Amino acid sequence: MLTAEDKKLIQQLWGKLGGAEEEIGADALWRMFHSYPPTKTYFPHFDLSQGSDQIRGHGKKVVAALGNAIKNMDNLSQALSELSNLHAYNLRVDPPYFSLQFLSQCLQVALATRLGKEYSPEVHSAVDKFMSAVASVLAEKYR
Amino acid sequence: MVHWSAEEKQLITSVWGKVSVEQCGAEALARLLIVYPWTQRFFSDFGNLSSPTAIIGNPRVRAHGKKVLTSFGEAIKNLDNLKSTYSKLSELHCDKLHVDPENFRLLGDILVIVLAAHFGKDFTPACQATWQKLVGVVAHALARKYH
Repeated sequence: MLTAEDKKLIQQLWGKLGGAEEEIGADALWRMFHSYPPTKTYFPHFDLSQGSDQIRGHGKKVVAALGNAIKNMDNLSQALSELSNLHAYNLRVDPPYFSLQFLSQCLQVALATRLGKEYSPEVHSAVDKFMSAVASVLAEKYR
Repeated sequence: MVHWSAEEKQLITSVWGKVSVEQCGAEALARLLIVYPWTQRFFSDFGNLSSPTAIIGNPRVRAHGKKVLTSFGEAIKNLDNLKSTYSKLSELHCDKLHVDPENFRLLGDILVIVLAAHFGKDFTPACQATWQKLVGVVAHALARKYH
């Protein structure tokens, strides 16, 4: 359960990224494709080479959605409703792929490489919980 | 048997060579107990685990973290023989410690994040991929003797 402190830490973290969000999104995706090759199966239509426009574009989309979720942490279900529909009925990405493991791990690594010590245990915990909550909402309508 | 390319071995040893086992181990274990608080169930006799600050400063957590990561170092010395290297430890975690193997995966992911925070940009995607593979393989070896 996201506490008030968690929410504050996440908002502060997002505030610190200063425009690097898109780069982080692309980095997270690339790391995910590299560390977890099966995730590529959802992007047969993409140029998956490093630095591709499509990876950058999609990373930007993902991060924008997360940014929106962060602005609406008290009502994630509603904020992510459209995306929830999309993932359940259209994309049908296997839920574990975005629940916890792969994207969350790679996003956290992307953040940690940039923030170093500032990616403290408390921040780490808050982000992990947040990504878990996002994944839950996205998987809500699967069945 | 797991295959390790020359590049992967290089990425593992070059990172490991720069790691403070004591510092990294302490941090990884502390984060496990903070990020996934239910894991504290295995350490109920460790004293004060009441807050992140308490956990990070807890000398038993630090010592045990060092022990765990030292053992990880053994895996790195025996990449081609992980199964037998961890055979006894696997039995111990199952029969005596009763640790759900899922926890090995959690600790492995946390270790990767600790390394990322420590090495910054040097912890490249290729580096991460190799280390994710390594922690996965170690977790698997530790789970192997469960029954």
